[in-house]
Amino acid sequence: MFQILEKRRLNETTTLMRVHAPRVAKKAGPGQFIILRIDENGERIPLTIAGYDRESGSVTIIFQKVGKTTIHLDELEAGDSLLDFVGPLGRVSEYGDVKGKRVAVIGGGLGIAIAYPQAVALTELGAEVDMIVGFRNIGLAILMDELQNASKNLIVMTDDGSNGKKGFVTDALREQLETGVKYEHVVAIGPMPMMRAVCEMTRPYGIHTVVSMNPIMIDGTGMCGGCRLTVGGETKFACVDGPEFDGHLVDFDEAMKRSRMYSAEEKLSKEKHICRMKEAAAHV
Amino acid sequence: MYNKSMTKLPAREQAPEVRRHNFAEVSQGYDEAMAREEATRCIGCKNAPCMTGCPVGVHIPEFIAHVKEGEFEKAYETIRLTNSLPAICGRVCPQETQCESKCVRGVKGDPVGIGRLERFCADYAMQKGQPAPEKHAPNGHRVAVVGSGPSGLTCAGDLAKLGYDVTIFEALHTPGGVLVYGIPEFRLPKHLVREEIATVEALGVKIETNAVVGRSVSLDELFDEGYDAVFIGSGAGLPRFQGIPGENLNGVYSANEFLTRINLMKAYAFPETDTPVRVGKRVAVVGGGNVAMDAARSALRLGAEEVSIIYRRSEKEMPARLEEVHHAKEEGVNFRMLTNPTAIHGDEAGNVQSMTCVEMELGEPDASGRRRPVVKQGSEFDIAVDTVVIAIGNSPNPLIRNTTPGLETQKWGGIIADENGLTSRENVYAGGDAVTGAATVILAMGAGKTAAKAIHEKLSR
Repeated sequence: MFQILEKRRLNETTTLMRVHAPRVAKKAGPGQFIILRIDENGERIPLTIAGYDRESGSVTIIFQKVGKTTIHLDELEAGDSLLDFVGPLGRVSEYGDVKGKRVAVIGGGLGIAIAYPQAVALTELGAEVDMIVGFRNIGLAILMDELQNASKNLIVMTDDGSNGKKGFVTDALREQLETGVKYEHVVAIGPMPMMRAVCEMTRPYGIHTVVSMNPIMIDGTGMCGGCRLTVGGETKFACVDGPEFDGHLVDFDEAMKRSRMYSAEEKLSKEKHICRMKEAAAHV
Repeated sequence: MYNKSMTKLPAREQAPEVRRHNFAEVSQGYDEAMAREEATRCIGCKNAPCMTGCPVGVHIPEFIAHVKEGEFEKAYETIRLTNSLPAICGRVCPQETQCESKCVRGVKGDPVGIGRLERFCADYAMQKGQPAPEKHAPNGHRVAVVGSGPSGLTCAGDLAKLGYDVTIFEALHTPGGVLVYGIPEFRLPKHLVREEIATVEALGVKIETNAVVGRSVSLDELFDEGYDAVFIGSGAGLPRFQGIPGENLNGVYSANEFLTRINLMKAYAFPETDTPVRVGKRVAVVGGGNVAMDAARSALRLGAEEVSIIYRRSEKEMPARLEEVHHAKEEGVNFRMLTNPTAIHGDEAGNVQSMTCVEMELGEPDASGRRRPVVKQGSEFDIAVDTVVIAIGNSPNPLIRNTTPGLETQKWGGIIADENGLTSRENVYAGGDAVTGAATVILAMGAGKTAAKAIHEKLSR
């Protein structure tokens, strides 16, 4: 069992948890993920490692309530335990020599929480990091102090313009590129349509762009191929070959179709859970 | 005198029309009277050729003699001397190519039902409740076992009996390997696997789940943690695909994914459980081994209307157990032999709609000794399908070899080990599918046993 040491709601849909998992904490690196299972009938879901403390043996995860399992996870409190928590899985990010180079780290939605440790790691390697992050509105902003510290230049976009900068992260990226900012390297993490849009924007400039793919996963150790993607015309398993890939080589169209495979079942499972919670509440 | 009946006493079974709608065990085995009756067919050969067909050398005539006398506990103890998982072996071994293939009674008529008798003894002992095994005096050595499948469990059990402090590291959340994620409930009930594993734990073996060797901890770090030797029993869990167009469409599964969702994650109970699985009306399973049979029969039980096995050779070459092929046919699985898929087609949303196949004919024997299938020119045809399960085999997972310097492997990924299981690294042993590629449960157990003996010889020197 893996005890939840801390739970903090970052905004109405996003929650941070620190979980006691010494083996994972000891080995974790940027770009890697864990798979957890809440209870005996639970499913296995992948979540990126947002931070770790090797000394106390804790691992930080940040998740968004989107379906049955993440809603259930959000109902747990510090002191509760998760049945299974395995990792670190996937490959550690490889940045190459970025010392003194200007890079952009772009995060959308929950991807911001995952992009943040990338910005930290790149800064530590001596890169000059611009962070571009996007929220629906400024009330949903998360980790603002951390993002400020992790980057030289922080650009915050909102869909509704509630912070004065209206538009998507790609709008900010376009502006940067058009005004002549030369990025050696771009990291984009977020929903697949956003990552694809970033890749299309950097492609004509020939800027190496890394994306962190988030396909459906089951075991996360390479034994089933549920997470397979086409990258540069070859089939790759995101759990062992990735999750980070050269975004210019990823077949996003296929990946997006695959990620929608169980949408009907996901909806059913979620509704059933919400119904149960309402019934339980009515009995109190 | 012995029973001269030429035929093996049939086991009790669920009727095909009932069982194709449930996941309960198909074969109900023998009762006491049936077991004693079948046991009397054994003539107790002195040279016991049956034993040479058993990879772990079960004392077959001896245990069957006990069954004949109604001494079922003694029979069980005899089996357990060399086999740590008899309830499993009795159910999943391909006895027709192992012990029973060597049985003298099989020369004229059916061989003795050794598998069914072994299973009976194990089930009998489990129902009675077994006494806790004697704890063995610790010898001060620690051994790490990677993987909790049949080879790892056997190796761990044998070492524990010799006084070793053994820990098994398992990547998944439940121990058992293919016994829990691969072989379905209707062939091998999971409560039984749990109980068999509990008998190994009762010997003092510790199992750490959620520990991926190669990621959570490296093989070298296991030595740093104080282990004196390591046994790698990580299996062959990397699925092969056909490499044909359309293989990444929605509705195309590797058999590993399909069966893991169903067996390990209990997707058959969705939405009571959280993991979904998609089974359409028309399912094609590509392959001819046990895994293909398991996938096809699972698909039927999940409500598919039409399930076909697509196999590129003829039925004679199918590697699946005879009994499973027979069961699959009884349940209504179609067999399309000498057929191979060449492309899978989908709709705009990316869902499978149809599959193009070609007819095959058998040519000259290939390296495996089986006649090589050759494409018949101009024989292309399409079939309508909405789910495709690829069950053409597995390779060893590269995770351990990629993260363990100095561990030599074959070109196809199998770990190189000598006849005792010793690898190219000192004090690192390996066995089972990780060395041989996908084979059988009992061969993996035999390899675990051999390695345990070699580890003991090395460490007690």
